Amino acid sequence: MREDEIRELVTQVRAGSLSRRAFIGKMMLFGLTAPIASQILNASGVPSSGWKSDYKPTRRGGGGPLRTLLWQGPTLLNPHFAVGQKDQIGSRIFYEPLAVHDPEGNLVPILAAEIPSLENGGLAPDGRWVIWKLKQGVQWHDGEPFTADDCVFNWEYARNPETAAVTIAPYQDIAVEKIDSYAVKITFPKPKPYWSSVFVTDWGMLIPKHLFKDFTGSKSREAPTNLHPVGTGPYKFVDFVPGDIVRGEINLNYHVENRPYFDSIEIKGGGDAVSAARAVLQTGEFDYAWNLLVEEEIIRKLEINGKGRVVSVIGADIEHIEFNFADPWTEVDGERASLKSKHPLLSDGAVREALHLLVDRGSVEKFIYGRGGIATANFLNAPEQFCSKANTWEFSIEKANQVLEAAGWVRGSDGVRAKDGKKLKLVFQTSTSAPRQKTQAIIKQACQKAGIEVELKSIAPSVYFSSDVANPDTFMHFFADLEMFTETADPDPETLMQLFLSSKMATKANKWQGRNRCRWRDEEYDRMYREAESELDPVKRAALFIGMNDLLVKERAVIPVVRRSDVGAFTSSIKATLSPWEGPFWLLHDWYRAPAA
Amino acid sequence: MTKYLVRRLSTAVPSILGISIVLFIILALAPGDPFADLATNPNVPPEVRTALHAKFGLDDPIPERYVHWLVAMLQGDWGFSFVSRVNVSTLILQRLPTTLLVLGLSQVLALMIALPVGVGTAIKPYSFFDQVASTFAFVGFSLPTFFTGLLFILVFSIHLNWLPFIYRSDLDVTGWRWYWEEFRQAFMPIAVLGLYQGASWTRYIRSAVLDVIRLDYVTTARAKGLREPAVMIKHVLRNALIPIVTLVALEMPAIFGGAIVTEQIFRVPGIGSLLISSILANDTPVIMSITFVFSCLVVLFNLIADLLYGWLDPRVSYS
Repeated sequence: MREDEIRELVTQVRAGSLSRRAFIGKMMLFGLTAPIASQILNASGVPSSGWKSDYKPTRRGGGGPLRTLLWQGPTLLNPHFAVGQKDQIGSRIFYEPLAVHDPEGNLVPILAAEIPSLENGGLAPDGRWVIWKLKQGVQWHDGEPFTADDCVFNWEYARNPETAAVTIAPYQDIAVEKIDSYAVKITFPKPKPYWSSVFVTDWGMLIPKHLFKDFTGSKSREAPTNLHPVGTGPYKFVDFVPGDIVRGEINLNYHVENRPYFDSIEIKGGGDAVSAARAVLQTGEFDYAWNLLVEEEIIRKLEINGKGRVVSVIGADIEHIEFNFADPWTEVDGERASLKSKHPLLSDGAVREALHLLVDRGSVEKFIYGRGGIATANFLNAPEQFCSKANTWEFSIEKANQVLEAAGWVRGSDGVRAKDGKKLKLVFQTSTSAPRQKTQAIIKQACQKAGIEVELKSIAPSVYFSSDVANPDTFMHFFADLEMFTETADPDPETLMQLFLSSKMATKANKWQGRNRCRWRDEEYDRMYREAESELDPVKRAALFIGMNDLLVKERAVIPVVRRSDVGAFTSSIKATLSPWEGPFWLLHDWYRAPAA
Repeated sequence: MTKYLVRRLSTAVPSILGISIVLFIILALAPGDPFADLATNPNVPPEVRTALHAKFGLDDPIPERYVHWLVAMLQGDWGFSFVSRVNVSTLILQRLPTTLLVLGLSQVLALMIALPVGVGTAIKPYSFFDQVASTFAFVGFSLPTFFTGLLFILVFSIHLNWLPFIYRSDLDVTGWRWYWEEFRQAFMPIAVLGLYQGASWTRYIRSAVLDVIRLDYVTTARAKGLREPAVMIKHVLRNALIPIVTLVALEMPAIFGGAIVTEQIFRVPGIGSLLISSILANDTPVIMSITFVFSCLVVLFNLIADLLYGWLDPRVSYS
């Protein structure tokens, strides 16, 4: 889709002949996320129709306890040290960021007074700075006021490498200064279209300066507040047993009136996903269960009771198979999969095309992931319910056979295709998990029918996803031909698309820390990315990202398999919404219970 | 006896030290990373993970790390969890009460079942009671705890809706209600573990009592006119229980180790589930502490069992 086509659609929205929703839907077909599409409309002066929360209770409290189940229990409560989403969820009860993304991708202010924009002077026309106005009258749980000093402190705290905060990335190259007690200015080194990467979503949760200021840098682990969080959130800290429970009680000074509804909240951890689903949907012991990686048949049986509902939200997380464009089986200068080598089999476009045709995404979605994964042909997300597709996926063993035959890969006596003495034998690795193993098995079967021999390898997740430099089995080393996993994505595609940037190669020199593990290189892609990084016009930027996605699909640089969705279960009486761009507690203060009508 | 005790204690210390070295080396050599979750996240630059590694001393050579750990342990510092960033002793102490409650009570339940049933089946071997009890015992210790656990959940929680199946260590009620609620939630895990343990102990007690009940002095006691209960308790059981007591003493360390599978199913926050989640998260200090304490307890209870045996059985002497 080209820039002028996007502009045409925007005019239609402005004129009223195309709904905002439909525009966002069309943009998602081309691989853009909802927040980016929203940004395009907002920048073009099309006012947001706004997703609105339907909070009905008229007074604070009185709702009794809220019980939630996270089958991986939070192990620490400082958002800057969170290892995995479970810790962020645990912290989110007590701490809050300046703003969050609603299901449509628009920013909703939490600790901010309003969302910065060009009209209200919050955004710089040249994209170099943004000014956030903070909400006044917000108190920390111990009564101290929340001010701009806290924002500046969080920036200093997180960007200090000695703190080893996991939230360091957005805080690194920016400058945050206090303008007055309730306004902060963030200055970027280069024009930054993705200005909402700082202080927003779970990664932007804010901790109080007055309690953490003596524990920065190397002393950060000693802070007592690490275990007794004091935040601005709707619930105050009561108790914490790592891995087991987190408890909070109502914050009577919460900064939004009539909220929260519940008097206390509890997160129980441990166990497995299926029993968590049962606890909500069958026995009603808990009100909400998170991340139900349960087979579709089982979940469907549990839903039938009618005691609860299962909600799945899709973000941009993409389960995909990467090709290794370097040769992991030859050592060049003592390095496997070196950039100086080329993969003998996968550099042939026909082989990649064939492999593309051999992944039965439909079955993977239907039988393996169910509502937890939607088949896709785009690397940069696309929902399937819209009939016209820009990029399509196909599953055809005959076509794969034809493609390989035409390219000169001839079947040998053992059924395996070969060309110039090279046999089509590939090693396919992934982490140990039931859905992934099943997916591997069906791909191997399909490949066998096309004359490709696939050897399956599965590695324990704590090893596969580790950063152990000496271990050859990590996904970062990628010492195999194919590997499959889910890459989590922000609302903005900038970080996700780094996976194919030639400046981010994983090599021995940088201890395989680079994000481009497939070692793919393309000048056109690099050029488009560099342009998109500093392009302020959201329409042009969107067109660039769409172009990058289309390039990846055309060149068959990667095989997208399914879009992973977050599946949660609620009891019928709970009224709450999930947003695909945030953790489940993004709007915790608006949860309430209404007796089923 | 004292000389024996001193000798045993002096061999216990090097064996504990040796165990700790083996444990430490295995854990240090094991692949895996406590910070694995950070790897797939685009927001976390790799420098953070390397910084965390250096911070926790994961890059130092193994002997250095071992000495560091040993010195700290001797000073009472059990280590610092990578994952939770808390002291390991805090983590363990938080879970100790629940572990002692659930597992302690399950051992008591096991004894309460095994003693009467075991003795009863031995008094009249091959009777109807014996056949039924033995069958149940075989079935009991053949079925794994995760199976019986799930069965209990299905029956008591889902179909009958009598009992909650998720254990909550923070019941927010007081007084009599607390005891009632605690009973309701602890019943299933205790029953699962107690029945499993009780089944195997029934068989042991049965054979131990059978060994004694045929001996001449029992017949003599009966011939002397002693009533049956007196014969059973004062003569038979006193001797039959000697091996049983040592068996029970050797099982005691298991209370600390926890019942990993049962804790997972019922979400009981015991030390077993802490161990498993630390292993899966590669949280080495926690694994090291728990396994080390467990092995110390095993060595200690072995010593206690031996001493007990010597004290109870006058035929055995340690000079």
